[in-house]
Amino acid sequence: MGVMTQSDLPASISLWRKILNKLMTILVIVAVVLAIIPLLLILGDVFIRGAPAISIGFLTKLPTAVNVHGGGIANAIVGTFTMVGIASLIAIPIGIGAGIFFSEWSSSRLSMVSGFMNDVLTGFPSIVLGLFVFVILVATTKQFSAFAGGVALSFVMLPIIARTTSESLKLVPNTLREASMALGIPRWKTVLRIVIGTGKNGLLTGILLAVARATGETAPILLTASTSVYFAKSIFAPTASLTVLIYNYGTSASQNWQTQAWGAALVLILIMLAVNLLVKLTVGRNLTGKRLEL
Amino acid sequence: MTKNSISWMQNHVRRQLKISQNKNLDSSTVKLATKDLKAKFGKAQVLKGINITFPENRVTAIMGPSGCGKTTLIRCLNRIHELTPNAKVEGEVILDGVNIYSPQVDPVAIRRRIGMVFQKANPFPTMSIFDNAVAGLKLAGVRNKETLDRVAERSLRMAFLWDEVKNDLKKSGLNLSGGQQQRLCIARALAVEPEVILMDEPCSALDPLATAKIEESIAALKKDFTVVIVTHNLQQAARVSDFTAFMYLGQLIEFGATKDIFEAPKNPLTEKYITGEFG
Amino acid sequence: MQFKVLRGDTILKILLATAALFIIGLVVALAAELFLGSASSIHSFGPSFLIGTQWRSSQNVFGALPFIYGTLLTSAIAIVIGFPISLGVAIFISEKLKGHQTFGYGLGIIVDLLAAVPSVIYGLWGVFILIPLLRDYVETPLHNSLGFIPLFSGNPFGYDFFTSGVLLAIMVIPTMSAVTRDVLSVVPNSQREAMYSLGATDWEVTQKSVLPYARSGIFGGFILGLGRAFGETMAVTMVIGNIPNITTNLFSAGATLSSLIANNFGESTGIYQSAIIEIGLILFFVALLVNGLARFMLWRMTSGARGRA
Repeated sequence: MGVMTQSDLPASISLWRKILNKLMTILVIVAVVLAIIPLLLILGDVFIRGAPAISIGFLTKLPTAVNVHGGGIANAIVGTFTMVGIASLIAIPIGIGAGIFFSEWSSSRLSMVSGFMNDVLTGFPSIVLGLFVFVILVATTKQFSAFAGGVALSFVMLPIIARTTSESLKLVPNTLREASMALGIPRWKTVLRIVIGTGKNGLLTGILLAVARATGETAPILLTASTSVYFAKSIFAPTASLTVLIYNYGTSASQNWQTQAWGAALVLILIMLAVNLLVKLTVGRNLTGKRLEL
Repeated sequence: MTKNSISWMQNHVRRQLKISQNKNLDSSTVKLATKDLKAKFGKAQVLKGINITFPENRVTAIMGPSGCGKTTLIRCLNRIHELTPNAKVEGEVILDGVNIYSPQVDPVAIRRRIGMVFQKANPFPTMSIFDNAVAGLKLAGVRNKETLDRVAERSLRMAFLWDEVKNDLKKSGLNLSGGQQQRLCIARALAVEPEVILMDEPCSALDPLATAKIEESIAALKKDFTVVIVTHNLQQAARVSDFTAFMYLGQLIEFGATKDIFEAPKNPLTEKYITGEFG
Repeated sequence: MQFKVLRGDTILKILLATAALFIIGLVVALAAELFLGSASSIHSFGPSFLIGTQWRSSQNVFGALPFIYGTLLTSAIAIVIGFPISLGVAIFISEKLKGHQTFGYGLGIIVDLLAAVPSVIYGLWGVFILIPLLRDYVETPLHNSLGFIPLFSGNPFGYDFFTSGVLLAIMVIPTMSAVTRDVLSVVPNSQREAMYSLGATDWEVTQKSVLPYARSGIFGGFILGLGRAFGETMAVTMVIGNIPNITTNLFSAGATLSSLIANNFGESTGIYQSAIIEIGLILFFVALLVNGLARFMLWRMTSGARGRA
């Protein structure tokens, strides 16, 4: 066997390597179990503790004073929807616009800088966004409001929508754009047609994910909309929301309020699950892999 | 079962001897063989029962048009195929009389005895040239600096790369040209002292000059190793191999001494392929 | 005709570019307004704000160090617990489940779902379930057996750095494992096969081929998780106890940058409010740095991968 007469290698695989291999497999499985247990516990606890609080009155009545039984979260539900609505009106057009720009003019310097800022913004602490809106809208008008809350939430939604939009448009093959341009169709029509036609599902996913994320936000609303025990008279008055209510009730000493916090948490989780389910049902599998917070 | 396999192989070799009429084959023993080897990707049957033998210390080329299953075949020979999702293997691959697919056999041990060089050079990007060359040795637990140095030099020399890199051993393998990277991958495979080297179109991404270098090293390798090379380049098969197998649509159409296959193919399909009528 | 076509294109481009500019403007305005809002605090306290250890609003004494410390400590606990678990989850999905894509996909959905749970619900769960659980079954035994170590010397109370760190770990695992999973899936199969063909075990393929190849992306995911831990507000505010504190004792109450803002902003005015906004400014720059770094590492991983084997 020529130069290969003397072997430099041990004849068989060492026991240690086999044991290490098995050991790491076990450790990896342990990690998965450790990651999943909290989710099951959290979902389980929210359902078990929240369900007794839920009733027609809980969903349709206004809050009562501390330790007065009964009372509901109707104003918080309405408040959350109002603010997410305002946020959507602001964030959807700007987010989609920026997203189209990122994908269709992807090599421009503006696209790169703005795209990078957008990614940075996605991971930003939402409380900083709340603080910012407080400084520009609340401090100047001396008024907490659903409007300010909506603006703060729109900054949470904006980067998510912009990113999912550009990602889904990048999936549209270039040949489609070239074919359209070759027919003499101007670029703006081509772009709009692609957005409305092929990219529609991706856009919808992005919007739904952003709505879900905004619905669950607390910190920005706490600093901008504050809270209220009534239905807000206008969007320029302090407004209750599900998340701030959970925070206030959950950290209170009142048994009644603590129970209601779990009830509100269940309502919130159900809304989130419904939105997520909507995404999975209406949109293809390929885009739903995108994470909510990314 | 082992006895069975051996007698089956001997019969098989005898049959092939008749086909090829090659005197060389008499003197060489069978190193590796397959028995009714079938491979699937999901529902697609890629290999439809392959029976082939690979003589020791010879270069065997497997050729055939794209999609004929030649790459799948050599990926079954060292149990790499089964790592792909949905991939299934049936039948036997016999190395020195032992079916490597039998449950007692550890695929990890088999892969060390049957090394592989891939279609595209795939050096480890985070390792230096030296560390790439001895990666397999380190896996096996060799820590002795002297041994590592010696093996690195020996394998790099066998891959005809030593003179080009001996002063840059600490540099990243990514700084090398495509051909050099591929020779580094050959050196890496040689370092663990395999008995068989499988090469999956090792030159398909290389220019003629780099290809010539690799072919040169292949010719030198058969002194110590049994080489199986997949290629779609007919001239390459003719240049480097002692035996040639022609595959078509997942089946082995013809196998024999390279000279015979190229000069007097028995099967009309082989003839068509060699004369360039399809492929 | 030509004229009209050009105009349509120009209008669309201007509209879309405005939207893209808006995002840059937002980040710039964010920095500018936070500077403006904290001007009087910056003017009054100067750099000593960053190293001051006392925070007494009634006496207008403001030092940010306890909150910086709290943020770093809780995030460190979160990463120490969360990173190995995330890496494990990513390795399981990307390396172990290759042949069972449906299962991997399902597991991915569960992990993603964990990321979608609102932070305030983590906080609620932390207050009512995690605090008693950790206090009775982890903190008290640790204190009783290893109380001589400064880390565990405090009397377990539940509302403390340790609980906050554990809760943060649960919250960063989805982010980190999802990013790591994506990064591992970018590693070309040829790299794995090269290691397998040298006679490597499954773990050796992961350890010596996959992880080194993906290291910059894994680091990016790590930093992204760290960024989330730094900025996380509500859950931490609800379980940390909100007392400015610099101590090595993990079982004592503390506060973080973001918990200070959430907890005290409502009642603040004047210089107090300005000081809190300056805390927000610190958070802004930390977030900018951390997220910028993470994005850069991830970008290098995904765009670099194409260049190599």
